[in-house]
Order: sequence, then structure tokens, then C-alpha cells
Amino acid sequence: MSTNGHIARDESTFTAKTGLAEMLKGGVIMDVVTPEQAKIAEDAGAAAVMALERVPADIRRDGGVARMSDPEMIKGIQDAVTIPVMAKARIGHFAEAQVLEALEVDYIDESEVLTPADTVNHIDKWAFKIPFVCGATNLGEALRRIGEGAAMIRSKGEAGTGDIVNAVTHLRKLRSEIRWLTTLGPEEIAAAAKQLQAPLPLVRQVAADGKLPVVLFCAGGIATPADASLVMQLGAEGVFVGSGIFKSSDPERRARAIVEATTHYADPARVAAASTGLGAAMESIETSKLEAEQLLSPRGW
Amino acid sequence: MSTSRLEGSRSIVGILAIQGGFEAHERVLHRLGAVTRQVRVPVDLEGIDALVLPGGESTVMTLGIEREGLGDPLRRLAHSGTPILGTCAGMIMLDRAHLGVLDVLAKRNAFGRQLHSFEAEFEVAGVPGGPVHTVFIRAPWIAEHGPEVEVLAEVDGHPVAVRQGAILALAFHPELTAEDRLHRFFLEQVAGFRVAE
Repeated sequence: MSTNGHIARDESTFTAKTGLAEMLKGGVIMDVVTPEQAKIAEDAGAAAVMALERVPADIRRDGGVARMSDPEMIKGIQDAVTIPVMAKARIGHFAEAQVLEALEVDYIDESEVLTPADTVNHIDKWAFKIPFVCGATNLGEALRRIGEGAAMIRSKGEAGTGDIVNAVTHLRKLRSEIRWLTTLGPEEIAAAAKQLQAPLPLVRQVAADGKLPVVLFCAGGIATPADASLVMQLGAEGVFVGSGIFKSSDPERRARAIVEATTHYADPARVAAASTGLGAAMESIETSKLEAEQLLSPRGW
Repeated sequence: MSTSRLEGSRSIVGILAIQGGFEAHERVLHRLGAVTRQVRVPVDLEGIDALVLPGGESTVMTLGIEREGLGDPLRRLAHSGTPILGTCAGMIMLDRAHLGVLDVLAKRNAFGRQLHSFEAEFEVAGVPGGPVHTVFIRAPWIAEHGPEVEVLAEVDGHPVAVRQGAILALAFHPELTAEDRLHRFFLEQVAGFRVAE
């Protein structure tokens, strides 16, 4: 509790952390690599931007170790826009996260898109004042991340492919596992927690509420307005678009279209209008054609 | 307009659902017995008895209001005296620089970045029962206001809760805590609405 002026306040509480994710709902968070792109994203209606050095499609193409971005680039983006700025740290790399906190980014993504720094442990996110978003492929993984302090979850999908199939698999898996929990009797919850490898109190909470305790976004493979509509109808509360915007032929127009389709996801006529005349989508890769070691979503556990 | 109502004779609270925390408001309003309707296009405003402008990103909402042609219908609604609650970005939408229906100028992200988001308790004039539990998230404050605007609460000397006629504007998020007193305070202005106990 700090006192600043005449009203005592608690900064960076879990409610304040999850609250920012609540405010991002129904919105589109866009990957940007320059201040100019950040401005285009903001003007097109992005609810936040993810500042990074290379979009996932380029990370995939270039290979090598992908790390946290240069602070100078992050600061340039913070100066360019008024919407929240997120940035990525490597899985388990708490020192990168400390740097991002020192830069006062608004959210940290502990991301499988970067090369993991720890093969066993994720970052202890309770130790930070900045909220974290983490990827998940199923309910157990989502609840492990929340148990570590994540204030927002996103599906992992398969970043940098433009192929929505893995995001759909992950969202459906999350949904069906949540539904399954709600059908269990109280005596079955502990065994379910063991099976999911997830903290018992969180499993109990999901079983009672029928939903995750934090906001769920979709990431990994969104390239079109219809992709956004699809994942919103499958229960995502908003979308991350990585390579899908700035790797397309007309980024500004596509950005606006995906924003519009995310708001009107349940109205096919509006999604159709938003999808019309956008030019070429990003150059895409069929996920099933990737070798196992090229997949990003198995990173983390 | 009331003839087009599908929800029957009960009061309907519209919630702007372009982007942001609209579902959190829905949950509180449903607990208090209100019928709600998500508002994305002008026709959604027909027959509503009150309106909530939720938090979210004010840039996204501004673009959405423009894209959907919601500006004039929203201004007409405000001028007709329909009770309106704006929270955080919703407060910004009401100010002189946006819809221009509330005689204030809001300063965006006035309390700073997310690192400085906070919870606090303080009294809000007209809300009984002692200090209100509030959450401020990258919150604005009121930098300037006209004489018709009544200040209900301040933080660090800056107005964070104001009222002008039937418009109530809050810099914080009453929908994210266990509080429902500010929503009750708002619903009390809706003609014919009885808050569920």
C-alpha cells in the first residue's frame, strides 16, 4: 500500500492486471516492428500493439535464437501510440521480463514464438507488477500459467503460418475440457486436477464457473476477417494477429477489416463486407507440412 | 420506438459493445435485475431506456462509433435525457473532444501506464454506505469541467466521478469489483426501474 496524494492505493493488484485484459476484450492486438507500423495499427483500430523485432513469419524464416526486442525499438513504439504496448519475453527468461517491466510496457507475453530460455520452469509471474499473457494449447496448460500468475491466456495456435487449424484445435480443446469439468461431482475434481496437471483450487473454480478465471484471446494463424469471426464464435474474447496484417498486401485495409469482423463476428453479412477486396493475405504455410522441430506450439508445457 | 421492443415492457439498458468491458457491465446489471442489449449499430439503440458506455480503448471506440454512424444517434439519446453511464474510456467518449454531451475535458491515461493501475477506496457523493471500492486501469481524469458539472469524487485533486443531468461519468471501473452501488445509483435514474434486492 503506497500513499500518493491523499488517497491510499494498491498498485498492480491482480484485479488491475486482469482488468486491463477485460478492457481489451472484443479487440485486436497487432504485432508491429516499427513505430510507423504501430501508428498504422492504432489508426486502424488496434486495441493494443505487440512490439517485437521480427514478426513470427520472419522468425520462422530466419531461424536462429529469437530474443526480447531492443529497448530502443520498444520505447519508439511507446512514444508513437497511446494504446497499450505489449512485448515478448522468452519462456523462463525472467531477466528479460524484468527489463520489460523497467521499460513500463503494459503487458508481457511470455511467448513460445521466442526461443525458450528454460526447459523446465516458466517465469514466476507473481513476482512482477506488470501483467503477463501466456499461450496455452489446453486447459491444464492454461491453468498452470494462471497458477504462476498469468492474468490473461491466449491460444498458441501456430504462429507465423497464416494457418488457423492449430488455434481452432486449442480453443476447442480448452472449451471441451471446461465443459467436461462442469459435469463432474465434487469428489471427482481432485482426480481431474491430477489428470490436467493443474492447481486444484483453479480446477475447482473453473468447474464452478464454466469458464477460465481470466480473459481468453486467440493467437496463432489468424490471417483474415473470417478467421477472426471463427475463433470468436469458438469462444475467444479477442484476437492477436501476428504476421497476418503486416505480411499482407494492404496492411491498413486488412487491419481495419479484422477489427470490424471482430466486433461483428456474429453477423455474417458484416464479416462478408469486411472480407471484400482486401488483396492478398500473408504468404502462408500449411501447419501439417511442418517438421516437428519447426513447430512453436509444443514449446513450454 | 417502444413498439419494436422484443423484451416486453421492462426497462432495457443498452451497452455499447464496439470493444471493451461490456460483458462485465452486463454481469452486474443482470444481477440487479436489468434487461440489457448490446449496441453495435444505430438500430440497437431503438427503445432503450438507459445506456452504458464501458471501458476499453477510446481510440477503438471512436473509430467504431464513426464507422457505424453512431455519433448522431448517441448525441440525440443524450440530449433526450436518457440516463447514461460512462466508465473510463466511456467517460472519454462523452467529453467535449468526442461526443460532446458532457461539459468536461478528460485527460487520457492521466494516472500513467499499466504499472500505475491501482485499486482504492473513497466516498462518492450521493452513494450511501461508505467508501466505494474502485479499480483504475490506465485511467483518465477530468482536466476541465463546466459549471453544470457536479463533481462526486476526486483523486489527487482531480475529478474522477462527475454528474451532469442524467449523465454519470466515472474514471474507474465499478464493474470489475464486487461493488454494485454505482450501478444502483445509475439505475435509480431510469424511470420505472426497480432494482432487484
